[in-house]
Amino acid sequence: MKMVKLQKKNLNAFLAGLEKFGDLHGPVRRDTNDFAFQKVDAPEQIAHDCLRTILPPKKYFTKPVDTMFTFSEAEGYRAPDKDLHTKIILFGVHPCDIHGIKILDLVFGGQYRDEYYFARRRNAIVVGLDCMPDEYCFCRSTGTDFTEDGFDLFLSDIGSSYLVRVGTSLGDDIVLETSTLFQEIGDTDRRAYKRRSAQRINSFEVEIHLEDLPEIMDLEYESRIWQELGDKCLSCGTCSMVCPTCYCYDVVDQLNLDAKSGSRLRRWDSCLFKDYALVAGGHNFRADRGSRIKNRYFHKQRGFVAQFGRPSCVGCGRCIVSCPAAISLVDVLTKLRSRGNE
Amino acid sequence: MNRENIYFPHLAQITRILPQIEDHKLFGLTFVDKSMKDNFSYRPGQFVELSIIGTGEAPISISSSPTRPGTVELCVRRVGRVTNALYNLERDDLVGIRGPYGNGFPVEELEGNNLLLVAGGLGMAPLRSLLWYTLDNRERFEDVTLMYGAKIPDEMLFKYELLSLLDRPDLRCMLTVDKDEEGIWPAHIGVVTTLFDQIEIDPSTTYAAVCGPPVMYRFVLEELLKRNLSKDRILMSLERKMKCGVGKCGHCAIGYKYTCLDGPIFTYWDAINLPELI
Repeated sequence: MKMVKLQKKNLNAFLAGLEKFGDLHGPVRRDTNDFAFQKVDAPEQIAHDCLRTILPPKKYFTKPVDTMFTFSEAEGYRAPDKDLHTKIILFGVHPCDIHGIKILDLVFGGQYRDEYYFARRRNAIVVGLDCMPDEYCFCRSTGTDFTEDGFDLFLSDIGSSYLVRVGTSLGDDIVLETSTLFQEIGDTDRRAYKRRSAQRINSFEVEIHLEDLPEIMDLEYESRIWQELGDKCLSCGTCSMVCPTCYCYDVVDQLNLDAKSGSRLRRWDSCLFKDYALVAGGHNFRADRGSRIKNRYFHKQRGFVAQFGRPSCVGCGRCIVSCPAAISLVDVLTKLRSRGNE
Repeated sequence: MNRENIYFPHLAQITRILPQIEDHKLFGLTFVDKSMKDNFSYRPGQFVELSIIGTGEAPISISSSPTRPGTVELCVRRVGRVTNALYNLERDDLVGIRGPYGNGFPVEELEGNNLLLVAGGLGMAPLRSLLWYTLDNRERFEDVTLMYGAKIPDEMLFKYELLSLLDRPDLRCMLTVDKDEEGIWPAHIGVVTTLFDQIEIDPSTTYAAVCGPPVMYRFVLEELLKRNLSKDRILMSLERKMKCGVGKCGHCAIGYKYTCLDGPIFTYWDAINLPELI
């Protein structure tokens, strides 16, 4: 992979020079410890110390509320045109979130391809940025602490510079656009990168074992844990909203005032919501919270493995940080493993 | 958008409305677009997403057989928002259809075998597709038996159509009702499992296709297993909230399966591995 070096003092100049590639988006500080990906007018607005945004980058590709089509008697069905073709540069995406996007690519692709999702994906340039884990990060355990693809450029901190990996031809064009800002990497940079890498590996405070988790989960299918979790869980769905790989949606038709035209919308949904598995006629396949939270864990950690060969959890820690009932995925998985061994 | 948009329904006209039992009607739908009308094909056991524009979409199993193209028939119970809106429509009105979705019955695998169709209540809706598929390709199957039970005669779907099959020499049509207080029922009386004493099952050459209310599965499965039918020769059509039909929206996920992609036809072996399934 092509690698170059960008001095930190040149980062803003580099980002400011990317206008022709799209609107610049990056993490912006909203409160002391709250960050959100959003459009910035100037690179200086980007918070480089952001470890975890409130919402993951999925919001750019599968929107919280999204028009699937509009309909009217005169024009029939029409695909929405706006915001499918806006070009953006998404700066500051950490490896876990890049893996999150790669997982969503699997879900929205396949036999039935969601062209809305992929239109937005094609129009987004992803500039990754490495990070140092905090006490909630467990991406090392989920194998998502490092990525070798899924980005156009990836910046790793090597002291006063970034080591820049060029992942795509488009990424290379971006580098060439402001080529005067980049330098070749030298021996010192290589050493700095390895030092940083070792330091990062040793910084993880949380470790969970996922290797045979599907089997452990099958063993604990009837475990009391699920009911205990159901008693704690508020069914608020926050964990789903902040999860980089939760993609469930609900569909609603919205009529205009003429009662003849309108639009079909989808909006983020959560399998923890009470009516998630409610069917017409009143039967609810998961009426109690325990069964819903069990379903969430089984789909992420068990079902996804069977379907796509890996769990869909990327270890970002958002669900743990955001849960108002203080449910921790790490605790739950650790407990599942140890129960019976106490 | 240069590729096909998977979320666009295709317009279809209501060409027939046949009342069945209370709050159940059979809707005959014909695609407006000629190439859709000519080319729309499906497997027995698949479903479509029915759109009532402005109200929403609902998954409905197909009750007609692909051997009779031109019109897609959906047996719809008036039960929710979308189906209530459908009941407000009349002949010639337009609805939207996406699909067909789901795996459907593995008809090629069933060929050359005896078939036992077991339906309870509304479970006849998806099995009617397989029934007519079988009858229209009769030479490809060995003995074909239908067991269908309803609570009372007035709750039997496709009653007259099925009664007319009683005399057919190439089908063992066993219709039963739990109760017949008016004394009008010309066939068997008793729950569907009471029919099992009248038949022989050769477990090496038989497939069973079962669809009915959850309570029925337990008793029917018991009968089939008692007769040594293997778990992967028992096929069941199951219901979930298949909102998108294309494996994206998540609502019909059970364990590691999506009802809309991996189902709605599951074997009993699948059900053992997916504890929530039945």
